[in-house]
Amino acid sequence: MLEQYGLYFLVGLYPKGPLGGLALTLLLASAGLLLAMPLGLLLGLGRISPWRALRWPVTGLVFVVRATPLLMVVFWAYFFLPSLTGVRTDRFNTMLIALVVFDAAYLAEIVRAGIQALPKGQMEAARSLGLGYVQAMRLVLLPQALRHMLPSLVNQFVSTIKETSLGYIIGLAEVSFIATQINTLVFVLPTQIYLTLGLTYFVMCFGLSRLAYWLERRLSTSPHRPAKEVTA
Amino acid sequence: MIAFENVNKWYGKYQALVDINETIAQGEVVVVCGPSGSGKSTLIRTINRLEPIQGGRILLLGQDIHAPEQSVNTLRAGIGFVFQQFNLFPHLTALQNCTLAPVRLHGLSKSAAEEQALSLLERVGLSHKAHAYASELSGGQQQRVAIARALAMRPPLMLFDEPTSALDPEMVGEVLQTIKALARDGMTLVVVTHEMGFAREVADRVLFMDHGRVLERATPEEFFTSPEHPRAQQFLRDIRSPFVAAGVAP
Repeated sequence: MLEQYGLYFLVGLYPKGPLGGLALTLLLASAGLLLAMPLGLLLGLGRISPWRALRWPVTGLVFVVRATPLLMVVFWAYFFLPSLTGVRTDRFNTMLIALVVFDAAYLAEIVRAGIQALPKGQMEAARSLGLGYVQAMRLVLLPQALRHMLPSLVNQFVSTIKETSLGYIIGLAEVSFIATQINTLVFVLPTQIYLTLGLTYFVMCFGLSRLAYWLERRLSTSPHRPAKEVTA
Repeated sequence: MIAFENVNKWYGKYQALVDINETIAQGEVVVVCGPSGSGKSTLIRTINRLEPIQGGRILLLGQDIHAPEQSVNTLRAGIGFVFQQFNLFPHLTALQNCTLAPVRLHGLSKSAAEEQALSLLERVGLSHKAHAYASELSGGQQQRVAIARALAMRPPLMLFDEPTSALDPEMVGEVLQTIKALARDGMTLVVVTHEMGFAREVADRVLFMDHGRVLERATPEEFFTSPEHPRAQQFLRDIRSPFVAAGVAP
């Protein structure tokens, strides 16, 4: 079975047809992370912005997305968005949009919490030196906050990897879809096929977790850990 | 140098500053004292706009600090502020704490800023800790780095908001010595502090505040020997005999 369907599992119909399988899952997850992180950062900053005109719409967006299942967001992107814009995006980009919007809302909350957990004096000290709000955020608050956020960020990244499997329902040929295809063709080996699929996700997610854990430990053994907050 | 004109401030319904009229001259060292909640920290924080005011004006060298057209970043770059909690940037070394703002705001080159920062750290007696992070410094050392960081912007005026209140007793002296050296150099200083020995030795003038008002302004000599206002008399009695103040037998 491995000989017959192994390559199909890894890359789909490629190179004779469109890319699919595990390669497509990895591509979708990486693109999702790479796009969701900056968007989440911007949304997170918007959530705590002193300017209401920015804060309110961003807060609204985050609340709506967080109160919606990802499946719904995928449907919106697949059915609703094209009828709104008149442009029919392909399945990959549809799924990517849904993932990025959904994850950015969650990342925004992580970013917000990370910044707000810092002592208020950090912003005051930076501003007292004459730094502007954006400079203070970029040079003083974010470098500290991102370090604290790392575990939560990784949590979200791991979720993103697993969420790519929802591409299945709009017929995106990612690895879950391919596994189901193989199962239909082979018919008699569902246990083996779905165990392989499960193991595949496990390796990806576990790998990322370990990488993050290693990074976290490296950061915390370096001397520039934040000082304990002094109490009066 | 600084002039308060009928300054009033409210936190919601609570009035934190009441009709403050005060002038502070160039080169003067003013100590502000008073019981907690008296408005002394609020007062000092209005001078660099960390706190807004709702009435009156504060002039710094003739410029209205709280005027909407006044650039808050330019204003603050010219005023050194030292916090009770030090607020060093923990992800940067002592040296980097002192170079960040001069490089970004004064356009100093990295090497020029580092040279300046080293000489300032030398001045506060910490040049050997230039590459240490806040977590590797004692409270007193952190506060001295914070002073050097503020000095790095070459401000003509320094504000100190209870600079020794978060310190262990044995570290109070080193910080006060550093501030005293600044006073000797002729810098204008406004210091909120409970250190009465420091006030006595270094201050040109003492302001005593309670309930948002300046109740007494006097030379340290007058203030400590014959305070006029009954509330000031009470305050001095309390800080001299804390056991009596708390109603506990010594």
